[in-house]
Parts: sequence; structure tokens; C-alpha cells
Amino acid sequence: MSFLFEAGHRGCAGCCDAMVAKFVLMAAGEDCIIISPTGCLEVMTTPYPESSWGVPWIHSLFENAASVASGVEAGLKALGKFEKTKVIAMGGDGATLDIGIRGISGAFERGHDITYVCIDNEAYMNTGVQRSGATPFDASTTTSPAGSESFGNQRPKKDMPAILAAHGAPYIATCSLGYPKDLIKKVKKALDVEGPTYIHAHAPCTTGWGFDTSKTVEIAKLAVQTGLWPLYEMEDGEITSVKKIGKQKKPVEDYLRMQRRFKHLFTKEGGDEELKKIQVLADKNIVKFGLE
Amino acid sequence: MAVIRDLNKDKMDVVEGSYAVAHSVKVCKPNVISAYPITPQTHIVEDLSQFMADGEIPNCEYINVESEFSALSALVGSSAVGARCYSATTSQGLELMHEILFNVSGMRLPIVMTIANRAVSAPINIWNDQQDSISQRDTGWIQLYAEDLQEASDMTAQAFKIAEDKDVMLPAMACMDGFILSHVYEPMVLLEQDLVDEYLPTYAPEYTLDTKNPLTFGAFADPEIYTEFRYLQQKAMDNALPKIEEAANDFHKVFGRYYGGLVDEYETEDAEIILMAMGSVVGTIKDTIDGLRAKGVKVGLLKVRSFRPFPVEAIHNAIKNAKVVVAIDKNISLGLNEGALFTETKASLYNTNIDMPVIGRMIGHGGRDIPVSTIEKIVDEAANVMKSGISVESQYADLKEELL
Repeated sequence: MSFLFEAGHRGCAGCCDAMVAKFVLMAAGEDCIIISPTGCLEVMTTPYPESSWGVPWIHSLFENAASVASGVEAGLKALGKFEKTKVIAMGGDGATLDIGIRGISGAFERGHDITYVCIDNEAYMNTGVQRSGATPFDASTTTSPAGSESFGNQRPKKDMPAILAAHGAPYIATCSLGYPKDLIKKVKKALDVEGPTYIHAHAPCTTGWGFDTSKTVEIAKLAVQTGLWPLYEMEDGEITSVKKIGKQKKPVEDYLRMQRRFKHLFTKEGGDEELKKIQVLADKNIVKFGLE
Repeated sequence: MAVIRDLNKDKMDVVEGSYAVAHSVKVCKPNVISAYPITPQTHIVEDLSQFMADGEIPNCEYINVESEFSALSALVGSSAVGARCYSATTSQGLELMHEILFNVSGMRLPIVMTIANRAVSAPINIWNDQQDSISQRDTGWIQLYAEDLQEASDMTAQAFKIAEDKDVMLPAMACMDGFILSHVYEPMVLLEQDLVDEYLPTYAPEYTLDTKNPLTFGAFADPEIYTEFRYLQQKAMDNALPKIEEAANDFHKVFGRYYGGLVDEYETEDAEIILMAMGSVVGTIKDTIDGLRAKGVKVGLLKVRSFRPFPVEAIHNAIKNAKVVVAIDKNISLGLNEGALFTETKASLYNTNIDMPVIGRMIGHGGRDIPVSTIEKIVDEAANVMKSGISVESQYADLKEELL
């Protein structure tokens, strides 16, 4: 089977970026232009003169994918070529929540007809697992390491979907590579809705999170099943659907225990208290989004 | 060829420099304009916005971005899909674009940008010098400098022609001194649409982001290939040298106006002293020369229109028979105490058989007025170099010692 995102790239075994990119292109089809910021996805798919992309693809810089996407959309409109072509920016959490947020804010406020896909693996993986604004509470990264005085990252994840909802985005959805059908359905919907739409895809990174390369999907599912990563859609600022957890609900330990980045919570004195705090975060999500 | 201004007074309008440039952009038929307001560039983008509001620029999208960083970033995308692209900025805005400047030229996207030259902060200052664009000299952008409104207006069309040439494919800055040119009203001829259509071909790039022929833009280059990309950028700069001359000559044929190609000369033929300069100060220098010539001083001017690519051969040809050269700079390389035109001219003469004393004088920073008397003082210093050699190689010519 041939994909618009081809095999043979330089991603790690079990790479989350590759899976999400493939699913997004399965949803988008060949009539799209992809804009990627600097990051793993860019580096592993385009070592000159090779490319994994079967659709037009452009990388400019780390912090400007949404701005470049704005320009692609405007250029296509000016040239009378926009009608069917979908413009998709697709990059990591650092490029989205941190360094690129100004450009995203501008593009969404201006109302460009683009879809922005954040592949959220919760740290700067391409540079060696440094913390980002998407790194979860108590995760140990190379710049928020657990140590004798620290349980790792001190802050919860930045709520990017809420920030873009505040921009009046007509469609926002969270999804997970653990649920590819749901992901593809939401990307299709995002592409069909006129205006700036946002897909936030949770994407476990085998290298950065520290788990076996065969477990990417399993871990992604556990994030959803614990309530730590709720799946929902927002239309014009209102939540219009959620993926219920129901009987599948698992304690957060099940998810955290499988990952090296949370190992200190199970080995270090006081870890039990920290686990309770994380369980509170999950429980709050379950109530807030009505996941039960 | 000397400056030719075949100006038909019936065709002349009194307009502001910014309006003249905005009008030139309009008749060049851009597809995407993306800009963020910053003094003294604002009037250009306001005029373009009004043209858009009045439906005067067909097949064009204007993106009101949230920063200069996005102004140029958006044009990366627009240019890559095959759109003719324009922006304008200055000073802090241009500095904020620094990272994208490299990116645009490395991706060989022929975006044209007007720079309304302004000083950089700190201390914050909105008035003219050329530190902003000179500080971007290594980013791979063509840099042209205009002397007056008519040239700034005409240079806009020339910049598109040069940048989009298939042997060049580099972005270009058309630089005009902030306020001194951007906010001044002068009688001039606005570019006629029919003549621009004759002069400027439609932009038809060989490679675009096209769903029917999917290409990858902006791939990463490892040590095996990176050098060759950079080499090809330099090669494109080399190619631009004759193209800048051609663009000026073609412009003369179509519009009847000419300001020099890479450089222009004024009273240099028998000149012992040659002043070199870029931008609006050229007008003041010409007036000064007229006065000094009347007194028998053999002084001339070499106006540098193209700072990137740096026209080494044209400069050498113009100055080789002089006895002393003074490079006048509205910028300084801190730590070297030299302006860029001085440093580069001096360096270009080393390893040649032109044995020429060259001195540098920095003036007009942060909008400080440049009276004829300052230029006369510089000419006096140059005359002293002829008599007794160089005493001070490079310094500010208009420093207020009493304030230090």
C-alpha cells in the first residue's frame, strides 16, 4: 500500500510523529500543502535530497509555521488556486505552544482558512528531551530533571485548545494516535470547516518518554483511559462531543508506571503524594469534560 | 551614462515618497502584500491598504500580520506557491526579521521589500540612518539604495525585475532613507501602468508548491551538501551584478530615466577627491560639489546604488584615477569604528594595483542633520590626506565633543 507519507524516513522505531503525519495525510488526501516547523518531523522526513512527502511540503523556521501557512493560503487565493487545496500546518508542541504561539495567534485571529495540527509529545524531543509548555506535571526531562529536591516539571500543561477557542476558532479537537479512526475523522472535519481549525494530537515519544518501541499506541490509549488526555471537539467555543472513558477508566499509575520520565514517582520518597496530585488532575478532567 | 531624467512636466505629480513607492508596488501587480506597521514605513502600507480597500490591486491579498516576523514568514509561503510578494519595514522591524531574511534568500524566494531606513535601538530613535539594513548585509538579500523620491519609486520596479530574474532568484531590499525620502513631497512622475507592464515580466517561477507536482521545500542539508547551497547563493549574487545594470538600462529604454546601474558618478572624471555615499545624502554631496567646483576644488562623487552585491569592479573603475577616496557611512561597526562602505571599499583595494588612500567618515546617525558644511569639512580633510597622508583613518564627522 502506498501512502502520501512514505516509509523509509529516519524516525525512531515506534515514532509518534510518523504515525500522526500518516494519519493526517490519510484524512487530507493528495490535494493539500503541508507546512512543518523545525522539529523531529521535519528533520527525519527531509534529509536532502530525500523526502517522505508525497504532497507539496515546506519548512521555513521553528516559530513561523502558522505564518507561512497564512501566506500559502493568501498566495493560493490571490492566484485563484485555493478552491480545493487544503493548507495544513503540522508541527510539535514546542513549535506550537511555545516559540510559535505568536504566529498561531495571529493566523487564527486573522481567520485564515488553514488547519493547524499540533503533534504533542510533551517536550523538545529533537534537541534531546527538554521541557516545553506542553510537558506534564512531574515529568522528568533534561531541563526539568527529577533530583533530590525536585519531582521534575513543576507546572501542568498549557491549555492550547482553550487559547485557540478564545480566538474564536470554529473547530478545535483533541485526539490521540491511540485512536486513529477518531483522529482521521476529526482531521477531515477540521479540513472541511471554513476558517482556522486546530487539531491537538497526543503522541507518546518512545525515546523521550522512555518506553519500549512497541508500546506507543498502548501508552497513548492509557493517557486517554486515565483521563489525563481527554478527547473532545469544540465548535465555536462550545464542547460538542467527548470520548467517554466509561468502564475503561484506569488509575494514573497504570499510565505513569510504564514511562521512564515518571520513574522517580515510584522510587523516590514522597512519590505517593505526587501520584495523588496527578490523579487529581485526571479526576478534574473527568468532571470538567464529563468523561464518565 | 550620467543621470538622465527625461521628465515630462505634464506627467508630474507632487506626492509623498511613501505614496510614490506604494504606487510603484501597485503597478508592479503584487499577489501578496504582508506588512506590520512601524515608523517611518507606515505611510507606505497605509497607502497600499487604501489601494486594496478601493479595489485598485486586482488578484492581490493583503495580510495584516501581528509582527514583522510573521510579515516576512507569510511571504515565504506566498512566494513558494508562486505569488509576487512585497513587504516594507525598517529598523526594529527589520532586526526582528533577521532570522527569516536568511531563510528567504536560502530558499531563493525573490521577495521585494522596501526599507525606510531608520536607526536602531538603544537608545530608541525613529530617525534616519542606515544601520538597520547594513546590519543585514550577510543575509543574502540584494540591497539597493535610492537617492531621491523618483529613484526610490523607480527602484521598486527594478528590484522586482532583478530579484525575479531566473539567473538571480534572490530577495531584494529597496532602501530609502526614512523621513528624508519617505515623508518628503517632491514633484515626480508616478510609474505608468502600461510602461510597467512592458518593463516587468509576469512572475513565473520554475518551482512552486503545487499539488499536481509535489515538491519538498526547505529540506535540511547535512555537511555533505550545505556548502554547495551557500556557494550557489553567492553565485546568484554574482549573476545579479550585470542584471542590476541591465535593469537600469532597460528602465531607461522604457521610461527614459537613469540613475546609474551598480554605481553612478558625478564630476568624477578629473576628480582628485572622490566621496562615496549611499542614499539621500548623495543630493547634499552633489550640492556641496557644485559649490566647491566653482572654487576650483577637484572633487567628485561615487554614488553606490548596489551595496549587495558589492560592485567591486565598478567602484575600482570609478576611483582608480583619484588621489584620495572618502567613504561616507550612515552606519558603524561597533568595535571596528568603521562604516561598512568604508571597510568594504578599503578591503576591496587590498591585493590590487590601485594604491589609493581611503578614509571613512560616519555621519548623520539617528537622523542628525547633514549640512553642506559637514561635507565641506570632510573634503578639507581629504585634501589634507593628499598633502600629508592619513592622520585619522575613520571617525565620526559630526560628533558633538561638548556632549561627551
